[in-house]
Formats: sequence, C-alpha cells, structure tokens
Amino acid sequence: MELNRDITSTMYLRMQRIRAFENTAMTLFADGKIPGALHLYTGEEAVAAGVCANLREDDYIVSTHRGHGHIVAKGGELKYMMAELLGKETGYCNGKGGSMHIADVSKGILGANGIVGAGLSISVGAGLSISYRGTDQVCVCFFGDGSSNQGTFHEALNMAGIWKLPIVFVCENNGYGASMSQAKHMLVRDIADRGAAYGIPGVVVDGNDAIAVYNTTAEAVTRARRGDGPTLIECKTYRHRGQFEGDPGIYRPAAEVEAWLAKDPIPRFAGFLQEFGLLSAQEIEAIDQQVADEIREAIVFAEQSPYPAVEKIVEDIYSDIIEEVRVR
Amino acid sequence: MKTMNYRDAIREAMCIRMREDDSVLLMGEDVGFFGGSSGITAGMFEEFGEKRVRDTPISESAIIGAAVGSAATGLRPIIDLLFVDFMLVGIDQIVNQAAKMRYMFGGKISMPMVARLPCGGGAGLAAQHSQSLEAWLTHIPGLKTVYPSTPQDALGLMLSAIDDDNPVMFLEHRLLYDMVGEIVDMNPIPLGVGDIKRAGSDVTVVATGKMVHEALRAADILANDGIALEVIDPRSLYPFDMDMIAKSLEKTRRAVIITEENKRVAFSAEISATIAEEYFDLLDAPVVRIGALNTPAPFSPPMETYYLPCAEDIVAAVRKF
Ligand SMILES: Cc1ncc(C[n+]2csc(CCOP(=O)(O)OP(=O)(O)O)c2C)c(N)n1
Ligand SMILES: [Mg+2]
Repeated sequence: MELNRDITSTMYLRMQRIRAFENTAMTLFADGKIPGALHLYTGEEAVAAGVCANLREDDYIVSTHRGHGHIVAKGGELKYMMAELLGKETGYCNGKGGSMHIADVSKGILGANGIVGAGLSISVGAGLSISYRGTDQVCVCFFGDGSSNQGTFHEALNMAGIWKLPIVFVCENNGYGASMSQAKHMLVRDIADRGAAYGIPGVVVDGNDAIAVYNTTAEAVTRARRGDGPTLIECKTYRHRGQFEGDPGIYRPAAEVEAWLAKDPIPRFAGFLQEFGLLSAQEIEAIDQQVADEIREAIVFAEQSPYPAVEKIVEDIYSDIIEEVRVR
Repeated sequence: MKTMNYRDAIREAMCIRMREDDSVLLMGEDVGFFGGSSGITAGMFEEFGEKRVRDTPISESAIIGAAVGSAATGLRPIIDLLFVDFMLVGIDQIVNQAAKMRYMFGGKISMPMVARLPCGGGAGLAAQHSQSLEAWLTHIPGLKTVYPSTPQDALGLMLSAIDDDNPVMFLEHRLLYDMVGEIVDMNPIPLGVGDIKRAGSDVTVVATGKMVHEALRAADILANDGIALEVIDPRSLYPFDMDMIAKSLEKTRRAVIITEENKRVAFSAEISATIAEEYFDLLDAPVVRIGALNTPAPFSPPMETYYLPCAEDIVAAVRKF
C-alpha cells in the first residue's frame, strides 16, 4: 500500500492510543488496581503501528508478553483491553487471561504470550493454515531480541523458509532480553543477519521511524502475499520503561536511556507529518483529544465492570466438557 | 535466635557450598548483576564473579542442557529456571537426559545438578506462570524432587540438593520468599525425611509447600473445636517418607492430603493410593485429597482465590469425618 494521509493519520492515532493506554496502565498498576505483572510497550509504538498499517483485518498477528501495542495497532479496543488488565468479566478474555494473554481472534490477534519464544512456532502454524487454504492473508510474528535466542526462533524461521510461508517475522530489538544487553546475549550485531542461516531475507530498520517501519513491512507483506515466503525484519528500538513495572532497571546506563528518550518515536512522527503536510497541528490536536476521550471511557468501562462470577472458572477449558466443581 | 527469610535461606545455602567447592556454579536468566528474579541471587555475582554466577540468554533448553553436560563432566551446576512453567521449554533435557543418563550408561555417569523451580499461584500471574507440577517431576525415575515450606527447610534441603549426585528438582513457592523463620541448624536435611510441623492426634494432614501454612492455619481454626490436626510436611517428594505418615495414621486413622496442584492426577493421588494399598487397615475413613480446581490458573483475582486450595477446605473436610 502506498503511504497516504489516511494511513499516516491512522498510524499516528494508534501510536497515541498505545502511549496513552500504557501510561494509564502504568498508573493503575502503581495504584494496585492491576494484579500480576505488566510489561509496557512505551517507546516502541512506531514498530507496531508501522507494521500493522500494512495489514488487513483478516491478517494475523502473533504477539508477546509485551503485547499491548501490537493489539492496539491491529485494531484492539482499549476498553476491552483495560477491562482485561483489571481482571473484569468484560475484558477480552473474560478476566481469565490478563495482560499477558490478550487475544481477539475476530481481528486476527492470535494472542499475547507469557512464554518467551512460543509465538514463533505458532506463527508457523498460522502461516501454514493460510498457505494450505490458499488465501492471500499474511501472518506477522512479533518477538524480542531475547526471544531470538530460543530454539523456537531458529526452528520457526527454517520451517517457514522451506515451506515458503506467508510470515513476516518482526524482531523488536530493544537492546535487552530482560536484564541482559544484546552485546552480552549474542555475538551478532544485527539479528537480521540470522535470516541468512535459513535462506530468508533479513532487513534492519530504524524501529523508532514509523515511516521506515511501514515501508519495509510493505515490501515484506507484498512478498508474503505473492507466495514468495517469509522475511525477517529487525526493528531497532528501545523500551522507555523497565522490563516489567517494578524493575529498577539498574542494568541500563542512564546516558543510554536519556539518548533513547530523546529519540521518542511519537514527537518524531508528529513532526514529520506536519513538515510534509500530512497532518496539520489542528488535526494532530484533534486526534490527541480523541485518544484522551477513548482512554477516559476505557477506564470508566473497566472500573465499572464486574469481576467474572467465580463459577465460570470451569468454562472454556474444553469445547465440550464443563469440568464439575466437586469438593476439592 | 537467628532468623532468615525463605529467599535468603536458599541463597545462603548456595553461597555456603560455592565458598567450599569451586565446582559448584549457578546459571540462569538474570541471576548475575541483576540479582535474580525476586532478588534471590542478590550479591552472588559480586562475591563469586561472572565465571561462577552466569547470566544466560533466554534459552531454557540450552540452560538445562548446560547443567546436564557440565554435571556429567565434573561440575555441580545449579540452574535457576525462574518459573517451573519455563522448565517445560527444555523438558527433554530433564526427562530424557538428566533423569536417564546414569541408567542408560549402566551407572557410569554421575548427574549432580540442581534445578531451582520457583512455582505456585496466588500472584495474579495467570495460566503460564502459576503452575504446580509436582506430579510431572515425581513421575520420572531418575529425578529427586524437594519442596521446602520454611526457611530452615529451604536451607537444609538446598545443601543436600547440591551435595546429591543425582538431578534434584528444587521447587520453591514464590509467595514464600518473604516468609521469615528461625534457623536453628546449618546442617543439610537428608532427602526423604519428613517433618511434623505440628503434632496432633485426631487427623493427619499431609501438606507440601505453601499448603503447609494453610494446614497450620486449619489446625489453629480446628483447635478451637478441640480437634487436633497433625501436620506432616514430607519436604522431599522423592525420596518420600511414607513411614512418618504411616506412624501418624496409627494414631489418627484419618488422612487429608493437600497440595497446590490441579487435583486430577496430582502427587497427592500417589500418596493416597499408597495409603490405600499398604495401610488400608489403619484407616477409619476414606482419605480426602484437596487440590486446586481442575482448570488452568485464572487471572482475575476472585477467580484465582476460588481456584486455589486453602485452610477452609481442610476445615470443611475434617468436619465431615
Ligand atoms: C520461556 C520463558 N523464559 C523466560 C521468561 C521470562 N521473561 C519474560 S520477558 C523476558 C525478556 C524477553 O526479552 P525479549 O524477547 O528481548 O523481549 P522484550 O521483553 O525486550 O520485549 C523474559 C526473560 C518467559 N516469560 N518465558
Ligand atoms: Mg528485548
């Protein structure tokens, strides 16, 4: 798809939605309203928005533990996401999954995942299904730099390669796998180089440049839809927050964090849009206002929603069996 | 009186053996400079250096394999798998390799490794970060499995686990890390010796891990009714102290077994079956098993509370005897 005003304004809207959602989740977590663990996507918005702007509703994405951004960018609705984070009945997973397991299959979102590297294998299956059914859908598989050290990464790329599956592997290289810097957890500098080991094109892109991410993905998606097989795209980016909320982040030098904060993808994209006349200052303001309204509604919706009835715990384990709650 | 929390007790035991024996080393994600998930290895990187406290990439299969291969060739590795759930990513190395090598090689190899497996629910971490997989591990010949419930037991069992020449699966409940307890003994606790956490004459309650504390709470509640529970913590799931349970049953003639696992095919079923097969005559009533509901761990807090077994379940079961 050729970049146009519609696409860029949707990208900007989604980036701001992600940012606002994550900032809100951060506050709610600090206030004790979100149980469990929270991995925020703040700072990596250009990747999800740039990639997903190339996708149709019937295309698939496979997400990670840091998945909120992917889900918003693929069209996930803030209020159902927020309700899920709070463990409410109205959430995407009826409160059963939480932050690490949000899915919306109707929009092709095959789920966030709590197991690092697991999504890579699942994307092979989604790609197989597309190619078997003979449609022109694609599957985008998001994963981190750290995940690319799991066996599943290597197995998945190889299998997707030999079967020429319509998959775009998007590595979000934020420089760290938990506390371990890329320089310590692998010897290669560009994860894109690993594509060569499986005969797959590997491309490096500035992950904080939404336009560059968009254009690179466009080529990979076209290739996949054409039946020419998978591509590995490495987006160099940075997470603004810790590995999880509560992570003191002692392993990242302050100067490095500062430098990356200055490369924030959102003001950069906003500046680009204005400079090239793709969005006016007023239009940007209107989008920002829209997002603020959506977030307010999402919070109210989530907070006012009830928790699921505990009896529903036994539903949805199987298609046909409802486990009986006997005396424990 | 010396006190310590569960987290510090595990670390203390690792440090004691690492100071004494150069062949002991620790590997895992974030165990180094970061100090481990939940701060469990804090200070070890500074004391022992990066050669012996090794940060690994996110590669569970290779982490467990590195333990297997180094244990087979003279080292005594300890690995930290962060969550028992992540062990499943590298389960081949545990079940097909570590557990079976000595046997397949006709006894020609030793496998002195410890896998630290933080486990259990109650922290809102949902289905892939809350499991209790005792039955998976105890089912496999060649593995030893321990599960301390107190800082003292954590310390003593970790010392024994490191000293052991077999692969020891060391379960540690995440919600016990902050629990403080007395340390009266710095010696290893032999594997296969249970502990009576509270003596009583009316009902035997066998409990593991965090459930030991639920059993003690139930004992407090029922003491008000004049019912005395005897709470037995086997501490080691294999080898297993069946004698301690049999002796208790001679007195109480009633047993409740509680583990945090999904009840279906839980380790508690093995204990119950052994009682039925070997000590049927000691029983005045059927054995009662308590576990988590047979569902994946749900995220939503009220549901998770409903899912997990607790003291009230024991109280209800005992009142029905
Ligand atoms: C199999 C498995 N191992 C370890 C973890 C713990 N963990 C969660 S996120 C994470 C870091 C992942 O790093 P990366 O793939 O680079 O993604 P990022 O968090 O940087 O987005 C780790 C180690 C896990 N969830 N699953
Ligand atoms: Mg990373």
